[in-house]
Amino acid sequence: MKSDLWEIYEQLKRRGLSSEMADKIQAEIRAFEAAAHDKAMPEPPPRPPGLYAYFDLQVLQGVSMARHNYTTQIRTIDELLAKDRQREKDGFPRKVRVGRMIKPGRGGKDKVVVVPTATEEKLMHDPSFKDQEEEQANGGSGSGQEGEVIGEEPVRPSQKGSGAGPGQGEGEEHELESSAYDLGRILTEQFELPNLQDKGKKRSLSRFTYDLTDRHRGFGQILDKKATLRKIVETNIHLGRIPDIFDINPVDFLISPKDMIYRILSREKDYESQAVVFFVRDYSGSMVGKTTELVVAQHVLIYSWLLYQYANQVETRFVLHDTTAKEVPDFHTYYNSKVAGGTQVSSAYKLVNEIIEKENLAQDYNIYVFHGTDGDDWDTEGREAIPQLKTMLRHANRVGITIAQHGAGSATEVEKYLKKSGLLEQSPHLVRLDVMSDDADESRLIEGIRKLISQDRS
Amino acid sequence: MELISQHTKKIMEGCKERARDAGLRFEDETLEYIVTNRDLLELSPKIMIPTLYDYWVHDVEVLKGKGRYELYPDNPYETVINTRPAISYYNDNNPDWLNVMIFYHVLGHVDFFQNNLYFRHTWDYDFTGEALSDKRVFTKLRSERGHWVDYVIEFSRGIDNLVGYFPELDRLFPVATSQHSLRLDYYFDIFLQGVKKARTTEYIKEIERYNQCITERGELCEDIFFAEVDRRYPEFTAMYHKYRQKKATRPLDLVQFILENSDFLNKEENKWMKIIIEVIRKTSLFFQPQIRTKIMNEGWASFWHEILFLQDDRISGHEVDFARVNAGVTAMPRVGLNPYALGMRMFYFIEEEADKGRLEWNFERLRNADQRRTYDTAPRRGREYVFAVRENMSDFTFINQFVRQDFVSRYDLFVAGRRLNESRMVWEYYVKSRKGDDYRQMLLDSLYHPPSITIDEENGRRNNTLYLVHRFEDKPLLKSFLANTLMGIEYLWGAPVELETHEVLPKTTRGDRTRPAGDKGAEAKPQWQRVVYTMKERKLSRRILA
Repeated sequence: MKSDLWEIYEQLKRRGLSSEMADKIQAEIRAFEAAAHDKAMPEPPPRPPGLYAYFDLQVLQGVSMARHNYTTQIRTIDELLAKDRQREKDGFPRKVRVGRMIKPGRGGKDKVVVVPTATEEKLMHDPSFKDQEEEQANGGSGSGQEGEVIGEEPVRPSQKGSGAGPGQGEGEEHELESSAYDLGRILTEQFELPNLQDKGKKRSLSRFTYDLTDRHRGFGQILDKKATLRKIVETNIHLGRIPDIFDINPVDFLISPKDMIYRILSREKDYESQAVVFFVRDYSGSMVGKTTELVVAQHVLIYSWLLYQYANQVETRFVLHDTTAKEVPDFHTYYNSKVAGGTQVSSAYKLVNEIIEKENLAQDYNIYVFHGTDGDDWDTEGREAIPQLKTMLRHANRVGITIAQHGAGSATEVEKYLKKSGLLEQSPHLVRLDVMSDDADESRLIEGIRKLISQDRS
Repeated sequence: MELISQHTKKIMEGCKERARDAGLRFEDETLEYIVTNRDLLELSPKIMIPTLYDYWVHDVEVLKGKGRYELYPDNPYETVINTRPAISYYNDNNPDWLNVMIFYHVLGHVDFFQNNLYFRHTWDYDFTGEALSDKRVFTKLRSERGHWVDYVIEFSRGIDNLVGYFPELDRLFPVATSQHSLRLDYYFDIFLQGVKKARTTEYIKEIERYNQCITERGELCEDIFFAEVDRRYPEFTAMYHKYRQKKATRPLDLVQFILENSDFLNKEENKWMKIIIEVIRKTSLFFQPQIRTKIMNEGWASFWHEILFLQDDRISGHEVDFARVNAGVTAMPRVGLNPYALGMRMFYFIEEEADKGRLEWNFERLRNADQRRTYDTAPRRGREYVFAVRENMSDFTFINQFVRQDFVSRYDLFVAGRRLNESRMVWEYYVKSRKGDDYRQMLLDSLYHPPSITIDEENGRRNNTLYLVHRFEDKPLLKSFLANTLMGIEYLWGAPVELETHEVLPKTTRGDRTRPAGDKGAEAKPQWQRVVYTMKERKLSRRILA
């Protein structure tokens, strides 16, 4: 891996690199090497409850604090969001956050958890500060010499939700489980995200409805009189009992039991439009922390929204890339995969194109590609990325690229070459770009989604 | 919410009698309510005060993350609330014996609320009653001002952890002033020692001169004495006046300062906002002692429910049931802190030590472990002593004074550490230290501690802003909360706000990129820099101070 990265670097260098860019790439490779060298520190397990987490009702009477149930919650969500919109009108930032949370499960059983959260900000000491500095200390009691290990806990793969904000993570008690579909509904209705107009191609699914559509001779549920009469006439013509078609006497008809045509209940294929969504994420060395969080949070929201738009008929594919791209099976892996090496956007686009081609997805699906990155690309001029992107645009209904910039700086490479390529102007209905800084909040994310998916050319 | 049945109330009254006999002191009247889940749903965001004002964020409050205990200065889910009469809440299906135990626990709390001096400012009124009228005022304001009421609530709640609780207490307990004048105190305590740095001999000579003067001249002495002082130190009078002025004006906390000095709030059309801010401040002050006495309060209640329950003749036959529940409440966790268990053990320990006369200097100075172990002068004043502790201490003083090596060894306590074992990929918990000092420090570090923010008026006048200074305590502020809090302050202040604080210097220019996770070498002492955040027209900017 190490030599691979340096090889790519050499290649790029031969093609010519600005010194600033070369530094950046070198730093990224070094960081990656360092990280690979001493193993990444896994997420620490949650702290045992602190002093102030104990309270009488629970300890003495076993009363756990009740929570609102789901149905009442949705109503209050609506009210809360109305309140929040009013805030915006009054010139204050939104306070209610919805949808920062996904509860990833293995094997595609991801649950999106709808939690409207509000934080009451106060001036307070950073509670996480101490832990970085020194080993975490806690109280303990019982036997054991100083230095003796008294227990251990396996390092589990982190189950944390996105972000380090309240209302997610291990706070299971406070969560409300809901389907992503509901979140999509809330997003569409409350945040006034646009409805999808062009639902594109229709295609049969493995879903069926039952209807009295099949005809059956001899027996069945309902006599189809018209068809039966027609059949009787036909039979009688064959039997030669209707010499003159202009003078028919029904009394003369011979009626065979087989001529009775009935309708019976049958399985019908349902036709609906459907979509496949590619979520593509840069997980290179530069994507540590907040940028990853933002990108993933936004992808959860987009996923939910599409799920609602396509009435659950959405297939998702997840692609991670650094200098090479790989497909991962579920959101859990997609979310949790740790940061790796360098950055080459083209590799991801290429993989998406390959998948589309190989599985012939373009024929049957509306294809959406959402790509989240911090905007770094070693391929500074998009020499490889742009052609791949062009190929992709032939199939895709929409490609949305989110750049979560590190701080407010100058335009990133991806942004630069995208703008230069002119694709954004040529086909605004196909490709959209949204650039935000890495301290963006929830409302900014949703604003971004609107930009990425809206139909009007803006 | 309904009151408990007559039968249960009778049990409660029996408990009161027995508790009184044991020495607890509390008012006669208490109210006990049965609560259902639905009631709790409404009560919990209101910190169990049924009459607290409505606020829309309460509707989402249950969904707040776990962080709330670190963030909020209240102790939300208490069984008892510190009102007159004290109100407590019960499950509707508690068996009688369990109720007896809970009643004793509740009475322990009530006794604590009504006798611990840190609660002094809550003694003279009924909080629920005031809260109800405040709530009505809020409702009325809401009908007049609409949703702006909620903004004012929000912004004042944003700074309600910065209320001057200790200055408030200070006002209630004026230091008993001696007969001599402030001038005299200033001269001997501050001027001579602090300003002039007089040598001991000179100092004693001055005292002698004063004593002589007072025997000779009696009443007139002071003027004559200071005439001489003025001659010797011509600057004395001016300095004294300055000191007196400074002493006369108490420093205001942020909320008070804004209330008094904000041009925005003092405009005729905005005066209604001050009502809300006052209420928020009062509410915060009301809950301050509760969070600052968590260990003591729970410890005291557990101490008493255990003692009184075991003496209660009405519950014989339920000792085993009690033992099971009680162990759940008061067992020390192998790793972690349980305020019930810790506080209770401390009270037992203190009582025992006081019984043996070990909380005295004679014992303190003993260094021989064997002598310490057998030391017992048998004054048998333990009970009296714990009552005094209950009256006069808060968590900080309680821990600071009584968590010592003897206590830590006695109950087999230790500071637990956690580290990663990379070869086996497990987190190891290990005994980090059994030293009393380390254990005490660990406890002190885990106590509630809001940042201390003061107002620099001079600096503020210069830039025409409200200039806040965060006192440096080796802890940075939580950055992600700065923007909204400062925006709220700016709104209430009506002009730009600046906040000076310290931040850790990033280790590299792009710390997020090059820091390999778990890099131990990077854990050198953090480098601090002074920064100023400015909130102007709802935009936050930051600059580094040299």
